[in-house]
Amino acid sequence: MKRFRRHAGLWVWCYAMLFPVLAIYAYVRIYPIGRSVQLSFFDWKLMARVRPFIGWDNYTRMLGDENFHIAIWNTFVYSLATVLLSTVIALPLAVLLARRGRASAVYQTIYFLPVITPLVPMSIAWKWIYDYNYGILNYALSFVGIPPIAWLTDPHIALWALVIMGVWKVLGYNLVIFLVGIRNIPAPYIEAASLDGASDLQTFWHVTMPLLRPIVLYVLVTSTINAFNVFTQVYVMTLGSQAAPGQAVRVLVYDIYQNAFQYFRMGYASAEAVTLTLIVLGFTLIQFRAFRQREAA
Amino acid sequence: MTNAQRRLLRSRITSVLIHGVLSLGALFMLLPMVWMVATSFKLPGEIAVWPPHLLPQQPTWANYSGLFEAAPFLRFFGNSVFIAVASTASCVVTSMIAGAVFAKYRFPGRGVLFMLVLATAIVPFEAYMIPLYIELVRIHWINTYQAIILPTLVMSFGIFLVRQHVASAIPDELMEAARVDGASESWTFRRVLVPLSGNAIAAVGIFAFIQAWAAFIWPLLVANNQLLFNMEVGLTAFQFRFSADYGKLMAGSTLSTVPMLIVFLLLRRRIIENMALTGIKG
Repeated sequence: MKRFRRHAGLWVWCYAMLFPVLAIYAYVRIYPIGRSVQLSFFDWKLMARVRPFIGWDNYTRMLGDENFHIAIWNTFVYSLATVLLSTVIALPLAVLLARRGRASAVYQTIYFLPVITPLVPMSIAWKWIYDYNYGILNYALSFVGIPPIAWLTDPHIALWALVIMGVWKVLGYNLVIFLVGIRNIPAPYIEAASLDGASDLQTFWHVTMPLLRPIVLYVLVTSTINAFNVFTQVYVMTLGSQAAPGQAVRVLVYDIYQNAFQYFRMGYASAEAVTLTLIVLGFTLIQFRAFRQREAA
Repeated sequence: MTNAQRRLLRSRITSVLIHGVLSLGALFMLLPMVWMVATSFKLPGEIAVWPPHLLPQQPTWANYSGLFEAAPFLRFFGNSVFIAVASTASCVVTSMIAGAVFAKYRFPGRGVLFMLVLATAIVPFEAYMIPLYIELVRIHWINTYQAIILPTLVMSFGIFLVRQHVASAIPDELMEAARVDGASESWTFRRVLVPLSGNAIAAVGIFAFIQAWAAFIWPLLVANNQLLFNMEVGLTAFQFRFSADYGKLMAGSTLSTVPMLIVFLLLRRRIIENMALTGIKG
């Protein structure tokens, strides 16, 4: 009985400590997450007095909505391209850096800089880089004889302009994670390969890559999840003169933002938000699986 | 040429090539920032020229002084600082408390509660900002600082980080010793757990600050009065009005970026290591 009392006292102390933190979680995360599922089944408009339950109507409307199709397609293309490009570029760079000591730290710092810079100012800077008339990118390309490109205003290219900026932003993050992975590979593996007469390229393909596979998978999934939430760049690049046409770069979060906060169709936008959550959850499950494999290995 | 010489030459050439590739990449990474800062010091006449000058030939502060006249950027900057500091303080305190309790105490529901905290981090904020906005309309918090800061008060990643640190770096014996001496739990928490968690607390603080500084979509929704704008929202509002005035736009962008660059260059190793080791954001 005495022991129980001591335990119970400790428990009360724990709950008392946790209560304020968990209360914030309940109010700003758990409740809104639940509520967004609920809203997605209502015709919920901010200004309307009546907000009837409409079952799956928001979802069926969404599936037939051309804007949603465009948004989903663009988000997939953007994510796939950004993730693949940034991985394919970061991997060999990490291999090159792994062997260098002091110089590696300098390169790492430079490559990592974009990761911590805020997105709004950098998006504005990139919009200026992409400027058709005076942008530095078109100037740089003129040296290789490439005529000026309408990076943002050409609807076929605008999304790719976003991809380039996206790669620039996440490359350093992927690089650092790969670098840690490579440095964790026991040296004897690499030495054995080179003693057996393998070239650097062969060592990379047959020794480094297989050992790095779980980390590559991890990077692929986390950066896909991050890429799916792309919004700020799109918002900035479609703003003002010489901007990207909205349809060409419409992504999922942008569509949610517009429906909810420009047309005030909160119920419909919530259906899209739930879809976004489900997609991200799907990727997360893949990641948990991969992690379990990694621990088992 | 002997074989050894040939091999040496080959490795020299490879080394030069590798550095060439790496430097070219580094140039690409730095270019946007250099271009931004350089443009912010150019007069309008030098911005709209072809071929463009990479560096200003007659550097000027005109864009910076003009910026503060055109919009209350000093206020925006102050708001950004205030929001980031408030969010950081809250994240540090809440992460320390929850992380330590989850790490060192056993009580019914511990596992479930911890899972719940982590699980909410999987759902992107953009997916539940709508109900949160509706709720804040209901309690009349739109256009208040509380509303801007509210979602950034807690950080699951921070709780996770502190829990990992406390569980692995602080031995139970230390706490037991304090208890044997008759210390209360609160005393043990304040005098044993907190002082030994400096590293984790610093990491949480850095990440919270970086995140809160760059916050955009939520302030965009709940701050409609320009007195409440942070740098990010202020910049987009300014961009909307003066979209062609790249001199001032780059001056504002530079002002918003420089604090992060300073934080990064000062705490570079810690930031990179923590990000790489935990690999989690949000």
